[in-house]
Amino acid sequence: MAVASTTSTVMNNVEAVRNTLYEALKADDRTLILGEDVGARGNVFLITKGFIEEFGPERIIDTPLAEASIVGIAIGMAMEGLRPIAEIQFADFIYPAFNQIVGEAAKTRYRSNGDYTCPLVIRTPYGGGVRGALSHSVSIEALFYHVPGLKIVAPSFPADMKGLLNAAIDDPDPVLFLEHKKTYRLVKGEVPAGHYTIPIGKAEIKHPGDQVTVVSYGLYVHQAIEAATRLAGDNISVEVIDLRSIRPMDRTTILESVRKTRKLLIIHEDNKFGGIGAEISAMVVEEAFFDLDAPIRRLCGPDVPAMGYAATLEEEFMISTDRMANTMREMVAF
Amino acid sequence: MTTITMPQLGETVTEGTVAQWLKKPGDAIEKYESFVEVSTDKVNAEVPSPVSGVLREIICKEGETVATGAPIAIIDEVAVAGAGGAEPSPVAAHAAPAAVAAAPAVVSNGAPRGGNGSVNTSEVLRGVSPAVRRLAREHHVDVSSLRGTGHNGRVTANDVLAAASRGPVAPVAVTRAAAVAAPAGAGRSTYAAPVPGTLVPLSPARKIIAQRMVESLATAPHAWTMVEVDVSNVWAWRAKAKDRFQQEKGQPLTLLPFFIHAVVGALKANPLLNARFTDEGIYVESRYNIGIAVGMDANLVVPVIRDADTLSIAGLAIAAGKLVEKARAGKLGADDLTGGTFTVNNTGANGSVLSKPIINGGQAAIVTMEAVVKRPVVIADAIAIRSIMNVCLSLDHRVIDGTASNAFLNHLKKSLEAMGPTGDL
Amino acid sequence: MAKAISTPALERHGLSDDQLRWMLRNMYLQRTLDNRGFQLNRQGKIPFATGSEGHEGIHAGSALAFARGRDILVPYYRDMGLCIGVGMPVLQVLLSMFARAKDVSGGRQFPNHYSYHSLGILSISSIIAAHCPHAVGAAYAMKLRNESGRAVLCTFGDGSTSEGEWHESVNFAAIHKLPIVFLCENNEWAISTPRAAQMAIENIIDKAAGYGLPGVKVDGSDPIATYAVMREALERARTGGGPTLVEATCYRFLSHTTDDDDRTYRTREEIERHRHLDPVPRFEALLVEHGVLTSDDASKMKKDVLAEVNAVTDQAEALPYPAPEELYTNVYEGAYAPWL
Repeated sequence: MAVASTTSTVMNNVEAVRNTLYEALKADDRTLILGEDVGARGNVFLITKGFIEEFGPERIIDTPLAEASIVGIAIGMAMEGLRPIAEIQFADFIYPAFNQIVGEAAKTRYRSNGDYTCPLVIRTPYGGGVRGALSHSVSIEALFYHVPGLKIVAPSFPADMKGLLNAAIDDPDPVLFLEHKKTYRLVKGEVPAGHYTIPIGKAEIKHPGDQVTVVSYGLYVHQAIEAATRLAGDNISVEVIDLRSIRPMDRTTILESVRKTRKLLIIHEDNKFGGIGAEISAMVVEEAFFDLDAPIRRLCGPDVPAMGYAATLEEEFMISTDRMANTMREMVAF
Repeated sequence: MTTITMPQLGETVTEGTVAQWLKKPGDAIEKYESFVEVSTDKVNAEVPSPVSGVLREIICKEGETVATGAPIAIIDEVAVAGAGGAEPSPVAAHAAPAAVAAAPAVVSNGAPRGGNGSVNTSEVLRGVSPAVRRLAREHHVDVSSLRGTGHNGRVTANDVLAAASRGPVAPVAVTRAAAVAAPAGAGRSTYAAPVPGTLVPLSPARKIIAQRMVESLATAPHAWTMVEVDVSNVWAWRAKAKDRFQQEKGQPLTLLPFFIHAVVGALKANPLLNARFTDEGIYVESRYNIGIAVGMDANLVVPVIRDADTLSIAGLAIAAGKLVEKARAGKLGADDLTGGTFTVNNTGANGSVLSKPIINGGQAAIVTMEAVVKRPVVIADAIAIRSIMNVCLSLDHRVIDGTASNAFLNHLKKSLEAMGPTGDL
Repeated sequence: MAKAISTPALERHGLSDDQLRWMLRNMYLQRTLDNRGFQLNRQGKIPFATGSEGHEGIHAGSALAFARGRDILVPYYRDMGLCIGVGMPVLQVLLSMFARAKDVSGGRQFPNHYSYHSLGILSISSIIAAHCPHAVGAAYAMKLRNESGRAVLCTFGDGSTSEGEWHESVNFAAIHKLPIVFLCENNEWAISTPRAAQMAIENIIDKAAGYGLPGVKVDGSDPIATYAVMREALERARTGGGPTLVEATCYRFLSHTTDDDDRTYRTREEIERHRHLDPVPRFEALLVEHGVLTSDDASKMKKDVLAEVNAVTDQAEALPYPAPEELYTNVYEGAYAPWL
């Protein structure tokens, strides 16, 4: 990771995304942002606050309420040499754009055998724990990570937000950039100044340990780290890996860790059946079967359509730090 | 008295600032009346009161920023007129849609649900984990001998590694105990009925066997060799004679006495096989006391046929039969079990075709007779089907080298192959 | 819809004899290539072909109005003549029919799914109207970069105008006055669905008013009339006048593809009733009548075209299929594996 300057600032995830977008727009005339309410409103989380005043409505486009064409138009822009960053206001609204993302963007390079490419970024906030109920809380990565030709990242620390967003903007292929909305203001961290990228496809160990490997991403990385810290006080050593990239995914880091700890716990907010954890489990069993000293476990969202609005329903869906800690403890004792 | 806390105005908001108090201490406030203006970086809003009463105290000053859920004011509640007496009101923790609600505790632990990743561990504990299996193999650790420190007594990978690091462990012995299993006592683990994940207590016999095996391998450098013997003729002889033998002597006629007879002859021709190593020299035995390995229950015993060179094939059969009977009845005496100079093991009775036996304490060698198997062989450049039996030999390399052991085996082979298809027992 | 008959005076709209003959040759070429596709399919040499019989007038007229090297074409799968008309080599048609390695898509795409970056032909999929937002995005890029003199030509059939993405595209183009012409090649059929089941209105251009852009209807079996309308619409786009919806009518004489059997949903009489709309014999007769070329010239031109098509057929057929390992390339710029 090349860091242009040694100074850094503490900021939250909103600020990290905002600053990164701002720098990208300033650095490259071909970059533009399009989406609902990104201009005058500055995005419903204020991420693009101030942008339209500085860059103008031609580069900060308030689109009609039409997700399929937000992505489709961005694809055309990308094929014609611009570097568009499309925004889907909430991940729950992305479904009309599925045709364009999966059927068109992901296949542009492949179907034209490289004659055309699609350097596109699609940003969207996802995830729950904010009383967002059925249509403002879903996770969508499992719907898309299956698709060759797409890249997907889901950072949750401010420094990672910046590095991976820069990498996504630079990437010549379409990247789905997932921002966990609960971490927007909740998570603060040091962000180095200057332009830098983090390679897409590289996970990071956020809390080293040697008795159990925990793989997670999004909001739950933070809770997993909290649980691991707590358990360290009881002399239980947990290694927490922040995936950061969903597709491509970092098998080297995962396997190295599993070979060391021999136990794997995957924690993700998305529904369990067919979620990311299923693919990780399959890969680890294929590659490190003889290193496993316990069955792989997955702590995931229950297999119901979404979390309810009532606090009790949301809490039932979401996984508490206590539950994570207990599972880690159980696995180490197994 | 109600404590008002900073509401969460917006899904991701984590703090708020008191922009302006719309009431001062002592003012009356009605339920739902706005009494303070709060701002966050997303939204500015007036906050309606959750209760009717009087503003008693302002905790958070104008311009001060606090985390959502932090106290900002206290209101003394006045009972609603007509309710008939004041009641203490519950602490209202939210004045606006709050994220962290003081929800009634729901018993949510217990029933497994889709997300919690529990696993039916009793299924899993039937076997060892892949890691344990691999590590045990790599480090030559016998998992069944370990006490597990894992869940429900499971042997963990760390247990294996700890055992491996405790010192050199004897390679896993090839035991030939044919477990004639008596049904185990209900629920308790025994050698005959071992329960995975539990400890089988060590019987005195097993302790001795363990000790002797370790000793034998530790003192005698074992080498191993084998020959194939065409037993078609002797097998035919046995087949012809067995019914009458059973009738006359009241016991079965196996290949064992024929074998012992040939062994004795081969020992006579190769005396170093009937010897033992001492620091003073190799003691060549004068008698031919052939031990026959008998496995039963949790035990392996080697009763001895004394002076086997004085017995005919029939005599050997009867002597062996008597010893096996005594062994099964638990009536072997010290005389039966001591004085052996060479040991024969009928591993073939269990179907084995190759064995690498451990020398019986202090002797120079041990020989096995493996299963008799019909095989295609080449005789005079044509293919014939013959009954073939492998004969394996472990030898104490301090006493015997390859030449001597092969000479012994070749003699043994020749005499076996010359026996039958008829003869005098 | 005006019935086409030979007009006494030839309204050229400024086109020279050479340009008129160019259009006729383009139409012969498309017709011959169509036939060749069906022939190869019936011979069992290629599994699939899509014909554009009936569209030749639209393609020739639009191709002539297209500014090569400046405009961008975002076609659909019934635009073979149009793609050739804007410069795509005829060999490419056969390479895609035979799915050869040298096909621009490397044998990955169905026939008629062209892309040709150097000529400004955008890559398309088979998904109806999915390309319309792309065309709009490309037009936006031109506008953002202040590139006057450039326009996007986006073509599609009548069925496309029912897709949500078509509506979203036209809407956005109108809001931002983008340099784009939406050309609907209305051949009255979307596989087996006739226009009356596709929409409640008679004229597709009526949809334009709903979005706030001008709509122009033209007889697509008249290549000169089509040229005139397209020239005006493209010029409007190129000079900042914003988008236009052009509806060029024609008739689809063949089945949707070689896998479709149109006898299951329309009668031969219905097709014959529209035979007068066949632009090829009609335009040929028109040019001969007005002395632009003689019938001998026309015959010679046809023979010439056939010879050219024969040559590229042989050439393409002799080339190899893509190697199996080619399946794995160009998923991303780098490695295709999902695990790194």
